[in-house]
Order: sequence, then structure tokens, then C-alpha cells
Amino acid sequence: MADWIVFWVIAPVSIASAVAMILAKNAVHSALLLIVNFFTLAVFFLILGSPFLFVVQIIVYAGAIMVLFLFVIMLLGVDERESLRERILGQRWLALLLGAGLVVEVALAVRVGVGFGHGGLPDFTRVNRGGNVQALARVLFNSYFFPFEVTSILLIVAAIGAMLHGRRRIGDEETIDAPIDERMDEPGPEPVPAAGPAEATP
Amino acid sequence: MIRLPYLLFFSAVLFSAGVYGVLARRNAVLVLMSIELMLNAVNVNLVAFNAYLRDAALTGQVFALFVITVAAAEVGIGLAIVILIYRNRETINVDEVNLLKW
Repeated sequence: MADWIVFWVIAPVSIASAVAMILAKNAVHSALLLIVNFFTLAVFFLILGSPFLFVVQIIVYAGAIMVLFLFVIMLLGVDERESLRERILGQRWLALLLGAGLVVEVALAVRVGVGFGHGGLPDFTRVNRGGNVQALARVLFNSYFFPFEVTSILLIVAAIGAMLHGRRRIGDEETIDAPIDERMDEPGPEPVPAAGPAEATP
Repeated sequence: MIRLPYLLFFSAVLFSAGVYGVLARRNAVLVLMSIELMLNAVNVNLVAFNAYLRDAALTGQVFALFVITVAAAEVGIGLAIVILIYRNRETINVDEVNLLKW
């Protein structure tokens, strides 16, 4: 019963924050609403019996990834407002029609696959016996050990790729390196006012 | 008690919102955020089915974990590309980045 109440409190908040995030004009508002959405999804993971994913969702998504997003938004400027006007003629009506079709299709798929009357979620004590984190670790480091290692390679490649993309080009390097080179060319640690006349006399 | 169909409809709504964001927004950063929304909707589905099927192997949760990891890598690369586009084109409007458009 408790999870039922939590679901009907959190689900509207989640959907509302997602829709507001899509429709928000300001990119920073969108990012903050997406953080709200990630927190609500974390609560969903909790009531679905996976406390580890709850923590990971908050730390990785609401923490790391959204900080990255906000950082890039701040870097690129936030005052650029865009219009949400549709470009294709009759797009709105076509979208409404296809959206209604999608709702019918999902309803049919759920009815055939699960059934509306069934699908009650079980008690999680049996699945999470010995702790959710321990169970997850046991699965992850036994059956999924190779994909886990491949994921680490993926993350390293992604980090190197992001670093390479963020680097300045060869042509721009002069602007960075020039002051350092000048400093290297100076004769020694003697003060600058003393070095000026010494070069001027010969 | 929550029933699985409610969760499926909920995640379908979230996924549709993400699809709309990808199609409608012009800001490349917003497009990436909408992709995150779609990935999260999929995660809810995976974890819900994991609970519904009483899977002691926790396959759904492990898959959700992998999705989160891949999403982190995707965001890192994606935002680096966005910054690179901004540096070269002075815009991150995806309509104006049309070099490969036929």
C-alpha cells in the first residue's frame, strides 16, 4: 500500500518535470527540471527493490552528468532563446494522430503481454536476500564480468575522446604556448627592469 | 501495490517526452538531455520487469547499470562534440549545423 501511495505521488511529479523540461525556454531551467526528474526516478528504483540503483542514479545522473550539462550550458551561454514552433505543415495534427495510435499500441501490447489485472509486484525480500548490493555484485562479477570490463574500456576511450575534442587545435597552440616560450627565452631569474637596459646597451 | 502496467505506461510517457524533446528542440544540449530522459525511461522498464519476473539473477538491474554507464560515456563525448561545434560554427542550433545534410 505504501508503495502505491508513493507511486501516485511521485509519478505526476516525474511526468510534469519531464514535460516542463522539454518545454522550458531557458536551458538552465531545463537542466534543473531534469535533475528533479532524475530524483523521482531514483525513488522509483527504491520502491522497485533496487536501492543500489537508487544511489547510483542520484550520484551518477543527478550529480555527475547534470553537473557536466550545467557546466556546458554555462560555458556556451544561457541567454540564447529558441522557438518551439513547428516547421512542417500540419505537424501538430499528424503528431496528435500518431501519438494516439502509440497510446493504443502500448495499451494493446501491455494487455497482451502482462494484462491489466495482473502484474502485481512481489515482495523483494527473496530477490534481495543477503542485500541488493551483494546480489548485484555477485551477478556483475560472475555472469557479466566480461561486459563489465568492456564497459571500463568504453569509459576510458570516451574520456580520451572527450579530452581530444576539448583540446585546442594545432594552429591555436601559439596563443597558449607563446608566453611560456618567452619566459623560457629570458636569460635567467633576474628581474625584468634589470634585463631591459642590459639588452639595450650592446 | 503498484501494478506493472502503470509503470509501463509511466515509462512510455517519459520516453515519448524524450522523443518529442529530441525532435522539437533546436539546442544541441537540450537534445542530449532529452536522450538522457529516454534512457531513464528504459531503465525504469528494465528494473520494473526485473521485479515483476522475480528474477533472482537481477538481469534487469545489471542492464540498467550498464545503460547508466554507457549514458555517462555518451554524455561526455556528446558534450565535447557540442563544444567543438560551438567553437567552429559559433552556434549549437542543430538546424544550422547542416554540413552533412542532403
